[in-house]
Amino acid sequence: MIFLDHLINGLSLGSIYAIIALGYTMVYGIAKMLNFAHGDVIMVGAYIAFCGLQYWGFPPVLAILVAMVACTILGITIEGLAYRPLRQAASLAVLITAIGVSYLLQNIALMIWGANPKSFPTTFINGSSIRLGQLNISTATIITILANVVIMVGLTLFTSKTKLGKAMRCVSEDRGAAELMGINVNRTISLTFAIGSALAAIAGILLCSSYPILQPTTGSMPGIKAFTAAVFGGIGSIPGAMLGGILLGVIEIFGKAYISTELGDAIVFAVLIIVLLVKPAGLLGKPMREKV
Amino acid sequence: MTKAKRKRLIYNLVTFGLVIVAFIILENMISAKAISRSLKGQLVPICAWIIMAVSLNLVIGFSGELSLGHAGFMSIGAYTGAVVSGWLLSAFDMQDPLLRLVLAILAGGILAGIFGVLIGIPVLRLRGDYLAIVTLAFGEIIRNLVNVLYIGTANGKLHFAFLNKEKLPAGVTMLVDGAKGAVKIKPISTFEVGFVLILITLIVVLNLVNSRAGRAIQATRDNRIAAESMGVSVTKYKMMAFVTAAVLAGMAGALYGLNSSTVVPTQFTFNQSINVLVFVVLGGLGNVLGSIISATFLTILPEVLREFADYRMLVYAVVLILVMIFTNNPTTRAFVNRLASPAKKLVRKNRGETAGGGDVK
Repeated sequence: MIFLDHLINGLSLGSIYAIIALGYTMVYGIAKMLNFAHGDVIMVGAYIAFCGLQYWGFPPVLAILVAMVACTILGITIEGLAYRPLRQAASLAVLITAIGVSYLLQNIALMIWGANPKSFPTTFINGSSIRLGQLNISTATIITILANVVIMVGLTLFTSKTKLGKAMRCVSEDRGAAELMGINVNRTISLTFAIGSALAAIAGILLCSSYPILQPTTGSMPGIKAFTAAVFGGIGSIPGAMLGGILLGVIEIFGKAYISTELGDAIVFAVLIIVLLVKPAGLLGKPMREKV
Repeated sequence: MTKAKRKRLIYNLVTFGLVIVAFIILENMISAKAISRSLKGQLVPICAWIIMAVSLNLVIGFSGELSLGHAGFMSIGAYTGAVVSGWLLSAFDMQDPLLRLVLAILAGGILAGIFGVLIGIPVLRLRGDYLAIVTLAFGEIIRNLVNVLYIGTANGKLHFAFLNKEKLPAGVTMLVDGAKGAVKIKPISTFEVGFVLILITLIVVLNLVNSRAGRAIQATRDNRIAAESMGVSVTKYKMMAFVTAAVLAGMAGALYGLNSSTVVPTQFTFNQSINVLVFVVLGGLGNVLGSIISATFLTILPEVLREFADYRMLVYAVVLILVMIFTNNPTTRAFVNRLASPAKKLVRKNRGETAGGGDVK
């Protein structure tokens, strides 16, 4: 029973990682950059939902929508102001800029909301729990897993069936050729950031519903772990992000339960290193050839 | 002597000269008691941060790989230094602080170097963003591991325990106590040793950079494929830069750790790695003198401007973004060049050269 309990917790945490990892993997696939600030967009989304629920008295659904819209705008703004000027630059420069953006968001949040941890309010997401035999499953767990499945299916359909989705796949395959075919590359990249950031808002709310402590650094560790998950599953691949996220969540919870609580993070990162050594393209990724 | 060689010699002489002059001035100020207490307390940390910045610059600026786990090597050095110094004192009753400090720094450097090799073997097979995230992961793993590490000394022997403090035999004197960090350190670091360490760092880094190996390192940065097809072993030279930087960071860590009475794991988080990254970026990638100057000022400045301490990381973040955009965006670069070009033309005119002419570097 305890084993099943851990497994369900792992699936829930893994689903959150998977949703965050989708944002990473889409941006990495299309803009070929590691958006270090993605984790902090999650934190901003959670704070905005928190304000909506706590201070402005919004109903939960409205608060979630407002957080998603705000994060979408934030994502597009970050891309336009910080990343677009560096489209042709070396990856080192882009990465350092992304780290700068991440710290900027954390410190702005620190100035607005202060360093004291806020406790995320109770909503329909984390209000109650369901008894299944001897198992006690919280609604947050169920909603998180369901949301993950819905987002996965939705995104897969979007990228394979719609015109915009096809444009995204084109840009990720060959930016120059896509441009020659009349695809607006800048707008496609903006769209990717918008989708990724809206997902980040959802992930932030789900994260804070399960682990209701909110502070400016809330997003950074889950962000890094979700990137790990994206790499684990194969970066650029949507099912890969899902698989990697869930596996990583399960590994983390089992590691904490059966090996050592203090070493939970170390175990997750050790997994990343082993995966990169054994299968650098990730579980579902295709190995890339280098053209000279 | 070619023009490029002369330029490099002048640059190196200026770098060494500035450091030595600054040291002499500060020594005189200390003996004349013309230096404030808080600044005096900052001298050893400044030395440690300069070494950190210069060594990280070797990895980022010269070999072109972003390492985000540099603070991890520093923490290895700091812990090793504290343990070695405490053990030498209790086991061999070595009273001479200078000898203990030197041995501790050497041990810190060696152990950090060993970890550098162990980490470098898997990490340097990766590139770009992957390498950055894996070095970050290693930094976090190291921090996680020292958090559950217990080291005690009894009867001249070191006892290690992992995760479980009870495994240590009874009656040991604790040197490293898990999350409490390295405890009861006797502060023995001195500014003079720090200065010598900076000189050693400069000699190592500047010589390496201007050697055959250094040119190979920079070639792998500029074009990996071209360097590889010219027969340069990319992994070997990246490893050389990475391990050298790790050894130097370990030495800086030992110097830094033995400057205070405790060292805790939270001193060496990811934030600290970013701090050093800011020193390097602001000083200029590949510019050793710039690293020294920015490390010095950015260590003193927060102490002087205490009321703005809350905004420090905010300003750092903006600095990172702006420096990167201004140095890498084609439009802003052209703008800066246009601002600078009248001055350059004037210099050329005075030298009697024609614009666009001159010798090939």
